[in-house]
Amino acid sequence: MSAENLYGLAAIAGLALVTLIARTFFMLPERELPMPDWLKRGLKYAPLAALTAVIAPEVLMTQGALVNTLQDARLPAVLCACAYYFWRRGILGTIVAGMAVYLPLHIGWGW
Amino acid sequence: MSLSRLAAQLRQPAFRDGVVDLIGPAVGVGAWGLVTGVAMVKSGMSVWLALLMSLVVYAGSAQLSVIPLLAVGAPLWVVWLTATCVNLRFVIFSTLWRGYFQAQPLVQRLAIGYFSGDVIFVAFMKRFPRVEPAPEQLPYFWGAASLNWLAWQIPSVAGILLANAIPLSWGLGFAGVLAILGVLLSLLVDRATGVATAVAAAAAVAAWALPLKLNILVAVVAAVAAGLAMESGERHARQNALRRRAAGEQKR
Repeated sequence: MSAENLYGLAAIAGLALVTLIARTFFMLPERELPMPDWLKRGLKYAPLAALTAVIAPEVLMTQGALVNTLQDARLPAVLCACAYYFWRRGILGTIVAGMAVYLPLHIGWGW
Repeated sequence: MSLSRLAAQLRQPAFRDGVVDLIGPAVGVGAWGLVTGVAMVKSGMSVWLALLMSLVVYAGSAQLSVIPLLAVGAPLWVVWLTATCVNLRFVIFSTLWRGYFQAQPLVQRLAIGYFSGDVIFVAFMKRFPRVEPAPEQLPYFWGAASLNWLAWQIPSVAGILLANAIPLSWGLGFAGVLAILGVLLSLLVDRATGVATAVAAAAAVAAWALPLKLNILVAVVAAVAAGLAMESGERHARQNALRRRAAGEQKR
């Protein structure tokens, strides 16, 4: 087996392991895990924040800098997607509405 | 799990509910899977290695962030550390999974962890807002997890096999961003969650320059602090209003 394949295999095995450990981390211990009350209340904001943190830079930044032009297909697309969501509350429609704005502007006009 | 138990779980209505709740987000997950598949092969990874990675690792954001590292042959510990940091949000999610599934045997808990992605987590939290065990949770989880797995793997494999026919410049991955946006909007229930989200967005952008995607962790800490501050602020305001009303009634 070539060194390149070995490197790839080792990388994949490690990635699978660290991902599994991350996703099960606090489910692994059998004993009680006492947690202060404020932390329990605070943790309910964590998923919201993590997802926001994953997508905010994808929408608001280009090459590591804040978007500095309005001619960016992502901004009108996100606005339309939000508007659709608050109108109809459907996630599928939110994606479709956003992409319907994004793709023509992005592919057609190069925004 | 024996086959008869599996079949029994498939028949439960909660299993179907899990599938149905994931249909909308699955479109975005699929677009994301497609783009990840294409990106792996275009970075120079061999097709069979890319297939193995998709099927074994099954972690979109972690895969996307290590693809450029693998392409230049970065040291393995850098690859693994980067993935670990990108995955830190799952460590936080696992505290909540624990509240639902700690009574399950270890193998089941490992399986739940392995198959739980962002979108499943949010759907599950919305469906079961109280963090306590309930019998329909397992079938609901497996319903959502099955659809999510298919919605990710089929397009991902297609992307790997058809990499040269699908240009990344189309920006199809944006559908994944919109899917997360959709589930995010469904979580905004009051002023505290709204403020926490705004704080998270600002922190994630401001801390972007941090290595290893640690801006996600900064955003989580900032948002939890902001959410707790909002809660305690609102509690004080309520108590003050009550006290004022009580004082007014005494005067009369």
